[in-house]
Amino acid sequence: MAARRISSLLSRSIPLLPRRGQKSYLGRGIYQYSTAAAFEDPIKPPVDVEYNKLLINGQFVDAASGKTFPTLDPRTGEVITHVAEGDAEDINRAVASARKAFDEGPWPKMTAYERTKIMLRFADLVEKHNDEIAALETWDNGKLYEQSAEIEVPMFVRLFRYYAGWADKIHGLTIPADGPYHVQTLHEPIGVAGQIIPWNFPLLMFAWKVGPALACGNTVVLKTAEQTPLSALLVAKLFHEAGLPPGVLNVVSGFGPTAGAALCSHMDVDKLAFTGSTDTGKVVLELSAKSNLKPVTLELGGKSPFIVCEDADVDKAVELAHFALFFNQGQCCCAGSRTFVHEKVYDEFLEKAKARALKRSVGDPFRAGIEQGPQIDAEQFQKILKYIRSGTESGATLETGGDRLGTKGYYVQPTVFSDVKDDMLIAKDEIFGPVQTILKYKELDEVIRRANMTRYGLAAGVFTQNLDTANTLTRALKVGTVWINSFDTFDATIPFGGYKMSGQGREKGEYSLKNYLQVKAVVTALKNPAWL
Amino acid sequence: MTVLSNGNTESYVKIPKIKFTKLFINGEFVDSVSGKTFETIDPRTEEVIARIAEGGKEDVDLAVKAAREAFDHGPWPRLPGCERRRIMLKFADLIDDNLEELAALDTIDAGKLYSLGKIIDIPASAETIRYYAGAADKIHGSTLKMSRDMQAYTLHEPVGVVGHITPWNFPSQMFSMKVGPALAAGCTMVVKPAEQTPLSALYYAHLAKLAGIPDGVLNVITGYGSKAGAAISSHMDIDKVSFTGSTEVGRLVMQAAAASNLKPVSLELGGKSPFIVFDDVDVDKVADLALQGSFYNKGEICVAGSRVFVQEGIYDKFLIKLAEKVKTWVIGDPFNPNVRHGPQVDKQQYDKILSYIEHGKKGGATLLSGGKPCEEKGYYIEPTIFTDVTDDMTIAKEEIFGPVMSVLKFKTVEEVIKRANATKYGLAAGIMTNDLNTANTVSRSIRAGVIWINCYFAFDKDLPYGGYKMSGFERDMGLEGLNKYMQVKSVATPIYNSPWL
Repeated sequence: MAARRISSLLSRSIPLLPRRGQKSYLGRGIYQYSTAAAFEDPIKPPVDVEYNKLLINGQFVDAASGKTFPTLDPRTGEVITHVAEGDAEDINRAVASARKAFDEGPWPKMTAYERTKIMLRFADLVEKHNDEIAALETWDNGKLYEQSAEIEVPMFVRLFRYYAGWADKIHGLTIPADGPYHVQTLHEPIGVAGQIIPWNFPLLMFAWKVGPALACGNTVVLKTAEQTPLSALLVAKLFHEAGLPPGVLNVVSGFGPTAGAALCSHMDVDKLAFTGSTDTGKVVLELSAKSNLKPVTLELGGKSPFIVCEDADVDKAVELAHFALFFNQGQCCCAGSRTFVHEKVYDEFLEKAKARALKRSVGDPFRAGIEQGPQIDAEQFQKILKYIRSGTESGATLETGGDRLGTKGYYVQPTVFSDVKDDMLIAKDEIFGPVQTILKYKELDEVIRRANMTRYGLAAGVFTQNLDTANTLTRALKVGTVWINSFDTFDATIPFGGYKMSGQGREKGEYSLKNYLQVKAVVTALKNPAWL
Repeated sequence: MTVLSNGNTESYVKIPKIKFTKLFINGEFVDSVSGKTFETIDPRTEEVIARIAEGGKEDVDLAVKAAREAFDHGPWPRLPGCERRRIMLKFADLIDDNLEELAALDTIDAGKLYSLGKIIDIPASAETIRYYAGAADKIHGSTLKMSRDMQAYTLHEPVGVVGHITPWNFPSQMFSMKVGPALAAGCTMVVKPAEQTPLSALYYAHLAKLAGIPDGVLNVITGYGSKAGAAISSHMDIDKVSFTGSTEVGRLVMQAAAASNLKPVSLELGGKSPFIVFDDVDVDKVADLALQGSFYNKGEICVAGSRVFVQEGIYDKFLIKLAEKVKTWVIGDPFNPNVRHGPQVDKQQYDKILSYIEHGKKGGATLLSGGKPCEEKGYYIEPTIFTDVTDDMTIAKEEIFGPVMSVLKFKTVEEVIKRANATKYGLAAGIMTNDLNTANTVSRSIRAGVIWINCYFAFDKDLPYGGYKMSGFERDMGLEGLNKYMQVKSVATPIYNSPWL
């Protein structure tokens, strides 16, 4: 998902734009976004759905209730398949199996290097099935197939290889004491980890959560989003083929208020990690507090500023700001959704940002060269359209877009608002869709104040060539990630997480291991030590 | 002990044809500039296995030129860590795929047990490469806490062109423990394997190329220490030398580094490690461990527990056990799966060990077992145990590097700490006791780089090891083993209006 790769992918894809969709030539190389592509018959995904049950203790099983729910193709709103619907009883079964695999082994009892090898074998298998997994991901989620196949599945593989490399390098410390004591810390796996992941990056969120938990020797119950249950079941199956013992990773499909809540309140779950909305994150934390006080990692919403300074190369800034917002249909928690532009370059930036949005090709995500697919589901689709109306009503200028695209599926026009004020809803709330809001600023101090004036604190983009400006903004912004002249650089090694109501804890990188380790201090009195 | 007949290897394993006998420079196998070759000898039979290109100064120059180019302009240090990891994982898989052939090469070249090569040496070699592959994208610097309006951080940069000089006792593991971390760090390198055991290093070079390690990154120069080794140590364009071998040669390496470009050196040298047995142990178990400690790999191991200190309460009982158990050691062709003890690596070592045994006999120690060569072709020596050894005897002071155990008696914890430390070496120590306080006190008191409590030779990818005192400095293995191939660069810049400092 590194920005470099995305940019190169997108620029490579531009010559492949489907000409049929491009109706009007607006001059200076600008095309209006494709409309026809959205109306065409959807391309049949080159994959079959093989797994639609719960994966508990290494076996695919029906839900205890026998219930199922449909998962929909966001291109059409039609049913892909029916999936077993996990509820409290299934969570109980999954936790019992994870508990057993943790308490009795073999997972935490085998050597770290054996865990490394199983994870490496898994990564190799996923790499082998790259295209099939990518197709399933696109079908269920609506994200571009090129993005799934060339960026996300390879990134998934890299994440697992990265965490495989950690398994045998989890180090505690030996520690000096004030007296004759030998002190050491043991970093022990925490136990059964409950993990709840969202629908916007189903596979990558799987890797961010499951990778470090398993590397540290924990066992896992993973609840996937009800919108996107399919890819997790396929890769979890491959994980077992790679030698993962049963019970180590259990995957329960289902809904938040039922399966998700059961996992959060479970007395036998030792750790919870959640990625999703801030509102749900609050519930997760509450349920944990009310049950067994399990520690919680939260990665929640954002309203991240993308700050274009006066010295910025405007063309580059426009392209990156566009990417920062519209990538993945705007469905990124760290989307650069408040584009602050210095007044000196504001007009030029606006004109070019609008032109760039107009050029964005929207259509079937399986089609090569398309830049934007449908939103995930009807609920999100309606919510985005509501925010667009709110933007217009509150007095922002709608530069382009503003409506759905086509009549079928959840396609939304790339939308740009200018003259946005800080107190407008579209500048305050997380829209989670292809809606860029552009705000003007004058002074560095002013933009720092305004950028920080949000309950969120997930990320920020800074576009400047000035070293001092970059350093000042970096330290002043209250966010978990600052991207300077870049955005969405998501290497396995780089920690990610939020300040304020964007969450707590960090995922990825060495920092993520902390989420899944207990620290045990061991103090032994010494007799006649040679040194202290 | 039993001596099995020698030289009927074909009934156990088919010896592979020797495929690689030339220098490996810039991705190609080439003859030496001088055209010279040297013989590598099968220590089982004293016969020539193959003639190997003999690298000299000119060849080292060519290899360094290739490594320099690969470092200064090539892709290797510029690849993201995850890409170096990918290639190194492939390298490790190829080692696994060629396990039997590599094990056979080390057996004919060094007289090492083929059975252990297949389950220890070669798998460990692959594991080590895999371990460091996993470290390639985990090389972290720090951001720093400055005491004024400054932002500062450290970058851990690859040190550059590395010269590795490796010994003959563990050709495969030494190769991977030097090459693995240097590759992960993004260095390029010239490896000089010992002249006794050049075969597997050349094979590894071939596998590295197959795995996709770019040309020039890994070069192998076979040859002698006094020529190729010296050329590496004194080369002006090598940024770091990592040497494993004798203390005597280590000193020469460091001198050459000092006299040339002051390149940093890491040395893993000799040892005379104490193996300390307290009264409270299970004598039967510990006697086995002590025999392993002295005779594993025919005693050709720098961390050998060659001074066995036994507390007086169990001394006699312990000797009886040793005498009993050493009889079960089967000596013979290292390809024979029943054999535990093959030939010493070469004539020179063989003669040296025998002369130490004579020293022991003449010096007044009691010969409990062994004490002579086997009456076979090849460099076979019986596992030899001397008892009643005193600290001032030559066999208790010098590294014999052969199957010779010295047993010494002691009374108190304080005494054994003092005697165990009374050596110029400080590589390893074994402490055999279940008393927690004794274990802790002795652990902290012994001046040595590795302490094994109720175990011995517990090596691991993640376990750094190396010496105190004249056993060398810096560490191989673990993340410590990676750090030595890194430069630390501190970067500082002023900042303005920071909301925190």
